[in-house]
Amino acid sequence: MIYSGEVWPFIVILVAGFLATDLWRWLGVLTAQRIDESSELLRWVRAVSTALVAGLVARIVLFPVGAMALAPLSGRVGAVAVGFLVFILVRRNVFAGILAGEAVLVALTVAASGQLF
Amino acid sequence: MTGGKARGGRAFLRGVGGVFSVPGLVLSASFFGFGAFARESGLDLAQTVFMGGIFALPGQVVLADEMATGAGLAAAFIAVTLTAVRLLPMTVALVPVIRDERTPLWQQLVLSHLVAVTVWVMALRELPQMPRPARVPFLAGLGTGLLPTVLAFAAAGHVIAGAVPGPLAAGLMFLTPIYFLLSMVAAARERLDGMAIGTGLALGPIFYVYAPGFDLLLTGLVGGSLAYGLSRWLRR
Repeated sequence: MIYSGEVWPFIVILVAGFLATDLWRWLGVLTAQRIDESSELLRWVRAVSTALVAGLVARIVLFPVGAMALAPLSGRVGAVAVGFLVFILVRRNVFAGILAGEAVLVALTVAASGQLF
Repeated sequence: MTGGKARGGRAFLRGVGGVFSVPGLVLSASFFGFGAFARESGLDLAQTVFMGGIFALPGQVVLADEMATGAGLAAAFIAVTLTAVRLLPMTVALVPVIRDERTPLWQQLVLSHLVAVTVWVMALRELPQMPRPARVPFLAGLGTGLLPTVLAFAAAGHVIAGAVPGPLAAGLMFLTPIYFLLSMVAAARERLDGMAIGTGLALGPIFYVYAPGFDLLLTGLVGGSLAYGLSRWLRR
């Protein structure tokens, strides 16, 4: 297993995490005066990264690992739908959407699993 | 000069107080969820807190996932860096708002570590209403308050997730995807963003089934390009 050992995971986080992320922040600072934020290349780049994160959201919800697998499919998808709906209805309030989605998920998980807290 | 320093100090403290704003609370809750997610991915407490210091949730979740599935360093780097490309245009948009003509480059580089969706939205909303000399100390204060706070929440999420039974633990893990989705929709600036969210949601599970390991990269490249092409075609 490549990630066993004491130091290696931290090196992975440092290189594939910090460096891979801050690279773009530093590049952003350095090019702040020259780059055109509405350029077509950056629009495409933003679309690619947005789709990537959205894909991750769908995967976490549809193919859950660990504790979230306890929630039934209807609970996970329903929680996203209700959370999104409340978010839209409450003037695009992220916090309200999260609360509503969480309420649905926890309630349906309790109902499906028979487990209480 | 003394008056300027006093004003800078007040701006710094106002920044620290940003921990108690709504975006600060959402971010704390999301890092709590990340802590739980990292534990499920097999990371220990120290690794989880260290990873939280990256201060970019999508990249952190991707990295935790890559490490859990045993991906190599290069594959993990590419997957994470693809999620972080979005930080480039965000930084470019924010830097002219933050600095004045005397702000040294190193301060801008250090402060750029705070660029992430939540802080970016907050900074773009609040900074323009402040006098320019107050903006750098405000952001420095925000980072000084926010970073230790979210790391503490990530640690709490990691610790408590193991002790919390069933439904509540599921709820903790659900914080991450619902926060990503809603904050992405909230930060969407044009039709292209919404379309990329749609193609990503649709293609993510498909590529996960047919090309596990490369699913995130493929979803981004194919879904993003599809959305981009569609938006160009619709604009004509």
